[in-house]
Amino acid sequence: MELQTLTFIVVGITFAIYIGIAFWARAGSTSEFYIAGGGIHPVANGMATAADWMSAASFISMAGLIAFFGYGGSVFLMGWTGGYVLLAMLLAPYLRKYGKFTVPEFIGDRYYSKAARIVAVVCLIVASVTYVIGQMKGIGVAFSRFLEVSYEMGLAVGMGIVFIYAVVGGMKGITYTQIAQYCVLICAYTIPAIFISLNLTGNPIPQLGLGSMLVGTETYLLDRLDQVVTELGFAEYTTSARLSTLNTFVYTLSLMIGTAGLPHVIIRFFTVTKVSDARISAGWALIFITILYTTAPAVAAMARLNLHETIAPAGEQNLVYDERPSWFKNWETTGLLKFEDKNQDGRIQYTADKASNEMVKVDRDIMVLANPEIARLPNWVIALVAAGGLAAALSTAAGLLLAIASAISHDLLKGVFRPDITEKQELLASRIAMAGAIALAGYLGFNPPDFAAGTVALAFGLAASSIFPALMMGIFSKRINREGAIAGMVAGISVTLLYVFQHKGIMFVADTAYLGDMSPNWFMGIEPNAFGAVGAVVNFVIAYAVSMMTAEPPEHIQHLVEDIRVPAGAGGATGH
Amino acid sequence: MSSEENRKAYWKANVRLMVTLLTVWFVISYLCGIVFVEELNNIRLGGYKLGFWFAQQGSMYGFVAIIFIYARRMAALDRKFDLHEK
Repeated sequence: MELQTLTFIVVGITFAIYIGIAFWARAGSTSEFYIAGGGIHPVANGMATAADWMSAASFISMAGLIAFFGYGGSVFLMGWTGGYVLLAMLLAPYLRKYGKFTVPEFIGDRYYSKAARIVAVVCLIVASVTYVIGQMKGIGVAFSRFLEVSYEMGLAVGMGIVFIYAVVGGMKGITYTQIAQYCVLICAYTIPAIFISLNLTGNPIPQLGLGSMLVGTETYLLDRLDQVVTELGFAEYTTSARLSTLNTFVYTLSLMIGTAGLPHVIIRFFTVTKVSDARISAGWALIFITILYTTAPAVAAMARLNLHETIAPAGEQNLVYDERPSWFKNWETTGLLKFEDKNQDGRIQYTADKASNEMVKVDRDIMVLANPEIARLPNWVIALVAAGGLAAALSTAAGLLLAIASAISHDLLKGVFRPDITEKQELLASRIAMAGAIALAGYLGFNPPDFAAGTVALAFGLAASSIFPALMMGIFSKRINREGAIAGMVAGISVTLLYVFQHKGIMFVADTAYLGDMSPNWFMGIEPNAFGAVGAVVNFVIAYAVSMMTAEPPEHIQHLVEDIRVPAGAGGATGH
Repeated sequence: MSSEENRKAYWKANVRLMVTLLTVWFVISYLCGIVFVEELNNIRLGGYKLGFWFAQQGSMYGFVAIIFIYARRMAALDRKFDLHEK
């Protein structure tokens, strides 16, 4: 069957499943809308969390980043998984014990302050909105590349699907669709990887194949890759570091803290039945995430080796441009690959030297997107990759939108402005907030602002420097008070934002970057994207200092902290 | 033991477990995968250089193990101090 038709069928089936789930899992109460009624099995929640967490960037771009950075790409692997250890030990069980609906609600109660709650809402909305723009772009791009419909059309269809299951089903609908989406995306990711590993090393498990010898040789795959790339003048794959060791260290820490502080991930742990379930569920989430994250380095190294060996086969002359394989042509038409015959010999030279390199553009995303074609896999696998990319983007978008909608309807409307509304009114308000959030995300997807490229890093920086420290101190210290928490959050965000803006431009407008994006100007050589951890340290220090200078929290707050530290007495999650 | 002392002892045991596991978390990622990566790369694990393996594979397996160990030990502590959910 033709690839185009097949892709439409596979994507169509997955979409039909998502909509079917939406109508089966309608939300009938605010508890169901915000936390799926609090009765999700820990393994199911782990799977939903994995889909919630793994975005279009994890699915499409991460392997490409690793392929080109080599060892330097490890920052993303460790940074985006290690945060779950922090989540499981420092936050998830205690927040589940507290048993409320949103992250700002805990901050507002623990610091007995509406102001603290509003500061948390602002951090949450900025972090989540910036994050959701990337997902919207991912949906549009996946549609336009695989289905040859326009970016706008693709975005509109994607928004329509999210609208149906997020507005109707709330967290309940989102949870069950995320489980389905995880199954789709993990198959789409691992099947091509298994085939490629089998082709290259004879080992069907990519994680083992990466450490194996190439078929028919006595050479290990990674040694061969190191040799190929260094001969072409690139840095050695297994040792090439990005920037300094200190920067790698701080960047990894920022991504870990940021992961643990992202509200759309945290609220997933409000949906399980018990405190002990919250701990174990974080473990399941990380297992499901690790299946993809340990496959990614194999995909990266193998795709990079395949790419080089296709262009410059060992012991032969380089590939003649007119004889290039069909996947090469396909991706040239999308503009992701670009060739320029600089020496006019009709053959392709791909080297690290800018003057003689003829592969003038090799987009990183190609490593995952073109993988099945490079490995000559059947068309249904390619169709599955399209569905997988869409599943990754849709599931993350839905989780983020729920975090935004619940912050607006539960924290701002019910919590601050109109505490007297009934549950039915609040449920309606949450649906309207959800629809509004989708419309806003869609608008930003259609008109991506200039700063879109830098936004995901900003989301991690904000979560790391504001939300994570406030939550952690709220649980582990009885002494941190309202004044300290607010001062800490404000200081943490300010330091992080100032640092990012002074190097990247105010709201990422390049001309306003008064210190320039130049590494000599970086504080101790730390790049702006890695600064969240420094912001977090500032937050901790300021919060502690201010708390020590002001009165200790009232007695009932100290009892509250004592109470959330023990699992006993946790009821079902309640509204109030 | 009064209920307050009991809770304090439980919290102390929890924090001790946490600190131990966070040390392991720090060693397998920040030390093995970043700070001492070059030294470890002199050792091989099949086709992998060991430091590279920690950074792109081993640390993540370790993270999973840490969470499950924590969840199991805490479930045991919950029962030992009779503070589990009923």
